[in-house]
Amino acid sequence: MSLREKLQNGKFVVTAEIGPAKGVDIHEFNENAELLKGRVDAVNCTDQQSAVMRLGSLVACHLLNQKGVEPVFQMTCRDRNRIALQSDLLSAYVMGVENVLCLTGDYVTLGDHPDAKPVFDLDSVSLLHAAQQLEQGKDLAGKELKGTPKFFLGACVTPGADPVEPQLIKMERKVKAGAQFFQTQAIYEPKTFEAFMKEAKKFGVPVLVGIVVLRSAAMAKFMNKNVAGIHVPDELIDEMDKAENKLQKGVEIAARLINEMKGMCQGTHIMAIGLESKVPAILDAAKL
Amino acid sequence: MIISELKPLPEILGYLDGDKKIFIVGCKGCAEVCQTGDEPQVLEMKQKLGQEGKTVTGYCVVDFLCDKALVKTRLFPHEDEIDAADSLLVMTCGIGVQATAAVVNKLVHPAANTINVGGSRGEWRGSERCRECGDCVLDLTGGICPLTACTKWLINGPCGGAKNGKCEVEPDVRDCGWHLIYERLKKLGRLDKMQTMPIVKNYAKMQPPKELRSTIMWALEQQETKV
Repeated sequence: MSLREKLQNGKFVVTAEIGPAKGVDIHEFNENAELLKGRVDAVNCTDQQSAVMRLGSLVACHLLNQKGVEPVFQMTCRDRNRIALQSDLLSAYVMGVENVLCLTGDYVTLGDHPDAKPVFDLDSVSLLHAAQQLEQGKDLAGKELKGTPKFFLGACVTPGADPVEPQLIKMERKVKAGAQFFQTQAIYEPKTFEAFMKEAKKFGVPVLVGIVVLRSAAMAKFMNKNVAGIHVPDELIDEMDKAENKLQKGVEIAARLINEMKGMCQGTHIMAIGLESKVPAILDAAKL
Repeated sequence: MIISELKPLPEILGYLDGDKKIFIVGCKGCAEVCQTGDEPQVLEMKQKLGQEGKTVTGYCVVDFLCDKALVKTRLFPHEDEIDAADSLLVMTCGIGVQATAAVVNKLVHPAANTINVGGSRGEWRGSERCRECGDCVLDLTGGICPLTACTKWLINGPCGGAKNGKCEVEPDVRDCGWHLIYERLKKLGRLDKMQTMPIVKNYAKMQPPKELRSTIMWALEQQETKV
């Protein structure tokens, strides 16, 4: 069963993400893919994550397909205009990639090529719209396609944003533009997520709660200071601080958060950021 | 000089849908030269709106709508007429619309599209406010331009990166444009506007008209002598 079918059948799904290599050595990528195979329902390949130049997301998705791991193709609007984005969507479909996560993308100055010219011809909402147009047999210019693709379109939302209302307004626009599932930014406060889901439920679209695995108290403090929409509460920072085995504690906290929030949503999306090898342990601890 | 052209009347009426009483603001600066916002055009608009069943509570033609201090002074005597209106229709470039929005607590609607700034920005002394996109959306954003106020030029709402109302790219100097838009529309009770933005932007309209391309100063002179 595909990710789409599982979500349609009401199965609680698990997705995880892998960042393609900075270079052409794909050993680690392959190892991570093997670790996740059979344990998660789909694997996201990030698209030049944090505006850092890497191996392409589409090629990484193709590699996953070859291994029998269902990919989620992350697409950002930072580096390609509407012509290139639509072309890559067609390419994805031809390569058997059905799931596409449509994102705006981080700004270039936050990455490793701050001198680059950013594109942002489309944004997350208009990219969803473009993909939906392709599914209807036409491109954004209204020209007919020879053969039409079929996607399972996803988008991102930040439940911890303050204020959250503009996020919900944009979420509704994403649903209208074709989003069929959401993966959220990391969240550490089940109460905040519960309040968000109370509002988001009305859109009738499955939501996969985002989990970022903590590595240390310092990492949590860094995210609180620098990453918008992420707030790690003091109790969790304390817990990390006191733990002797930080990695084990990070795994334990991730599993606990999944258990606390799984009743509120339709799945979970684990962003291990370098700790992909710990994902099976998190799933074991969460009994998933 | 900033070149603007009036939007088609049906588009303007679409913006005014639901608003019965309108106050019109015109401009004697560039809009006078372009014949988009001088007194004769303002009076013509007043008449057209009357024919469409709208009440014009008053009007004011400001010397330079891009000068915020001047706008404030000139609009002050019209306070009651502005209070009585549901919203304001501003007949000038994108900068003038934003300058007006900055001094009144009412929704402002642009009556014109800004095609080209021709190398100058009127009397506006602040940072860049108008990208002359040729398809003004200030009506839908509470008079704050998402193309200039948002680092990523987002037209569909905020990214997830703003923190404490500041843009993630330059948090020390830049507010999140969409946070400003959201706060203003919320204050005006018009958050519904955020749902009606066009999903895809036509960037071809950012090209100035063919006769103005590459020969802007020359073309401006021609335009000025025509009037």
